[in-house]
Amino acid sequence: MNAPLTTGSVQPEPPPTELVGWGNHPRAVGRQRLSEDLERITDGAALTRGLGRSYGDASLPVAGSRPVAGSPLADRVLSFDRQRGIVRAEAGVTLMRLNRLSLPRGWFTPVTPGTHWVTLGGMVAADVHGKNHHVAGTFGEHVRALRMRLADGRIVEIDEASEAQLFRATLGGMGLTGHVLEVEFAMQPVTTPWIWQESEQVPNFDRALERLEAAGRDWPFTVLWSDLLIGEPHLGRGLLMKGRWATADEAPAQVPPWRAAPTLPFPLPSWALQTWMLGIGNRLNYWKHGAAVRRGIEHPETCFYPLDVIRQWNGVYGRRGFTQYQCVLPGPHTHPRHRRFLQTLRARRADVFLCVIKDCGPAGRGLLSFPFPGVSYALDLPIGPYTQAVVDALNDVVVEEGGRIYLAKDALTRADHYRAMEGERLRNFTAVRDVWDPQRRLKSALSVRLLGDVA
Amino acid sequence: MKVALFGASKGMGRAVARLLAERGDTLCLLGRDRADLERSAADLSVRGAAGTVGIVDCDLLEPGSFVPALDAAVMALGGLDAVVVTAGLFATQDALERDAALRARLLAADFTNTVLFCELAREQLMAAGGAKRLCVFSSVAGDRARKPVILYGAAKAGLSHYLSGLDYKFHADGLRTILVKPGFVKTGMTAGLPVPPFAGEPESVAARVVRALDRGTPVVYAPGIWRWVMQIICLLPRAVMRRIAF
Repeated sequence: MNAPLTTGSVQPEPPPTELVGWGNHPRAVGRQRLSEDLERITDGAALTRGLGRSYGDASLPVAGSRPVAGSPLADRVLSFDRQRGIVRAEAGVTLMRLNRLSLPRGWFTPVTPGTHWVTLGGMVAADVHGKNHHVAGTFGEHVRALRMRLADGRIVEIDEASEAQLFRATLGGMGLTGHVLEVEFAMQPVTTPWIWQESEQVPNFDRALERLEAAGRDWPFTVLWSDLLIGEPHLGRGLLMKGRWATADEAPAQVPPWRAAPTLPFPLPSWALQTWMLGIGNRLNYWKHGAAVRRGIEHPETCFYPLDVIRQWNGVYGRRGFTQYQCVLPGPHTHPRHRRFLQTLRARRADVFLCVIKDCGPAGRGLLSFPFPGVSYALDLPIGPYTQAVVDALNDVVVEEGGRIYLAKDALTRADHYRAMEGERLRNFTAVRDVWDPQRRLKSALSVRLLGDVA
Repeated sequence: MKVALFGASKGMGRAVARLLAERGDTLCLLGRDRADLERSAADLSVRGAAGTVGIVDCDLLEPGSFVPALDAAVMALGGLDAVVVTAGLFATQDALERDAALRARLLAADFTNTVLFCELAREQLMAAGGAKRLCVFSSVAGDRARKPVILYGAAKAGLSHYLSGLDYKFHADGLRTILVKPGFVKTGMTAGLPVPPFAGEPESVAARVVRALDRGTPVVYAPGIWRWVMQIICLLPRAVMRRIAF
């Protein structure tokens, strides 16, 4: 028995526990191995999961299958070249750690999602994008090499040159091509560790898309918060945020203070958050901002991770959980398909608690990478009796308009919708899995739901 | 501060080492798996540890490795101000009752060998004189016997007893013994166990431990609330201890 003897525990397979994604829907029961030694626990595991920040079932095991490996304890930074900004780290390190380590040294992650509670491995698996997608692409564009455990148990080091297909399939491959053990990627240099941010009101949907696209020509970070609960003619009004790294003469001299976020101590009851409250909240948020353009220095974590100020904020939805529906529809933003998407939402009276809109730049090299040129919509919807119907209706539009959905958020899309959206790309991805994992040793609840894996 | 850490490649030891690295201390890692120590050393260097982070072979199950390891650590550090011991072994009571070999190994590791190591570390620390620190991780399981941690708790009780004695005897000579009693902390060691109330994170435990290390606090519960939890448990009558599973 090769048990760890100096520090650690001698234990058989862990007992089954309930595992959920960030949306708390769906729920799964499975065994999760946790250890600092990711190499050991990925041996024979069906999937590696990070912090479970994908919203739906991407990180969830299939009922009755082999255990999943949890990566968050494998969190060491193995090298950091301060001249070139090249970092290599174990897959479980959080983006928060990486940022707090690199920012004082003049570097920042090239791409960040809207939370820093994600693991590096998860960022690769979802090929995350951020407010700078229109200029920087997805995270995968900045990944230089991966150390992986393949489905057959071998451990390999791969990059674009050595195994192009496997490498590209892994970027955005939702962990289904192998267990990511280590990631090497290139950081971006920053002028200072502070953000210069401007924000302004946009009065309606058409104007919002127009302003978003215009802002992208001058600003590296742009995003639009949008009110979809309000009626016409205000529908889709919101706040446009634009940011860039502050220059030395704008920024405070010191490093931003790192604060520990309080945790929501327990989930609220499911009825605690009602649509009418969000309707009022949206109005307050809009009016509080005021008609004038606001500009000034912002803490980088406040700019990039506004929701991370409270840990476990997903508990506000209660036990019912929620889903985030995110899709991208092709540009240009003036095309009527964007209005059509919005009208579908309105017709279904969808309870969109939060809507974030972002214009996307060129598609990345990941075979299943999500963004492509167009407009991305991310909608938080509490789980209720009509949520499935809303998602189905939206997916009908997405299929017809040539868009696609983001697997890291998805919980409710049907397999036929997904196949209709992805077509050729899905065939390419499946072909790579056929080469490296013909027996489908690696699978997740998502791959059973959407990719036809057998449970 | 020049610190030798035994068992710092994982769990709470890893978190303590990181805080020390971030403030620029000089570190030397003692452990069994050289490749693993090298990865931890790299991590600590990136975080700001002074100079080169030393690596020394040392196995808690091989007391013969202790003397050369401590000598090598002093050499690598160019002196020695503190020794932090987080190495240890954990297994559930069920597993220990089933497996006699595992039982022998755990008792040896968590009591006998840890004490032997501490004796040698104490000699090394005190040889040079001055204010020195020996910080050792025991457990709240050593405060009172409880059904799920009888054997593990017994070893830790012995260890706590020994460390208290060190404090009484050598405090006047400048040795500060820091007895750390972690409650339930979410690490690889406790992975898969049911998580009780008041469970802590390694990072916050490490912050308390480093503060105690600097101040020379003789006993540290981490998270702090476990001091009160254990006081209550210690007051429970025998009849209750026989009934509850906790």
